[in-house]
Amino acid sequence: MAVNVYFEDINVGDRIPAWSRKTDFMNWNRYAAVNDEFIYIHMDDEAGRAAANPQGAFGMGNLRFAYILNALRDWLGDETEIRELFCEFRAINQKNDVLTVIGTVTGKSVEEGENRVYLDVDVVNQTGAKTCPGKAIVVLPRRG
Amino acid sequence: MAQAQQTLVSPAMIESKGVWSREHVSPPVSRSDIRKWAIAVYWPQTPPRLFWDEEYARTTRWGGIIAPQDFNPFAWPIKADTALAPLIPSGSGKGKRGMNGGQTDTYFAPMRPGDVISSRTRLRDWNERETRLGLTLFMYTETEWWNQDHQLVKRHIQNFIRY
Repeated sequence: MAVNVYFEDINVGDRIPAWSRKTDFMNWNRYAAVNDEFIYIHMDDEAGRAAANPQGAFGMGNLRFAYILNALRDWLGDETEIRELFCEFRAINQKNDVLTVIGTVTGKSVEEGENRVYLDVDVVNQTGAKTCPGKAIVVLPRRG
Repeated sequence: MAQAQQTLVSPAMIESKGVWSREHVSPPVSRSDIRKWAIAVYWPQTPPRLFWDEEYARTTRWGGIIAPQDFNPFAWPIKADTALAPLIPSGSGKGKRGMNGGQTDTYFAPMRPGDVISSRTRLRDWNERETRLGLTLFMYTETEWWNQDHQLVKRHIQNFIRY
């Protein structure tokens, strides 16, 4: 379905469907390959430990940013637009972490001719730690 | 007794504040680039058809395949963009350690197969303060992308943290 959510159906406090990935070298290496992001701390446990992460290599912030976009897109459908995404990288994505994108609607308004919905978003790990708090603005169609 | 460092702001930063870099131009975006990107960021899930199925994508408001918003047409350069290199020293001394603090991306026209994207970057602003890491510098760079039709594609604000 190209449209999953319409502007009229959104309420403050609504939560987006959780979007999860277990992350390890299978995800990180594919991302490194497309983004040409071959950095030792993301590839080599020894380099990760040398960078003060005792568990070794760790994941890319940019990939978590992509995961937030994916979660928004899967929730909204193909006819909608993601206008803006902000996030801070607060914690490391360790190997075998199960990351889950979460989001809550904080507001909605019509601005510059766009039906904008505002959200708080984050990527939490399996312990519930907030690794990537941020905010998003998406633009939704109206019914009819 | 050694004096604490007063600032991490360098003369190069002051000189370059607000000054746009020269433009960089991407190779043409290909369908295969978009498909591979979508597979990588959705792995192991099959990515949305909008990113790889032209027949389906034509039925959407976009009229054809578009790229995920995070797609990077500048990946795999023959020669790396070094516009910010003088501003981001690397190493282990005070002020040379760094991390990616976060980013804000604002999206406009979507990227499509055949697009040629241009980019420019500038040091927008900074602030520094004492944190648990000691004197810490928060640098904000701004990058704009636009397509061959001069439509703005993306504005990217990056926060580099140095300590």
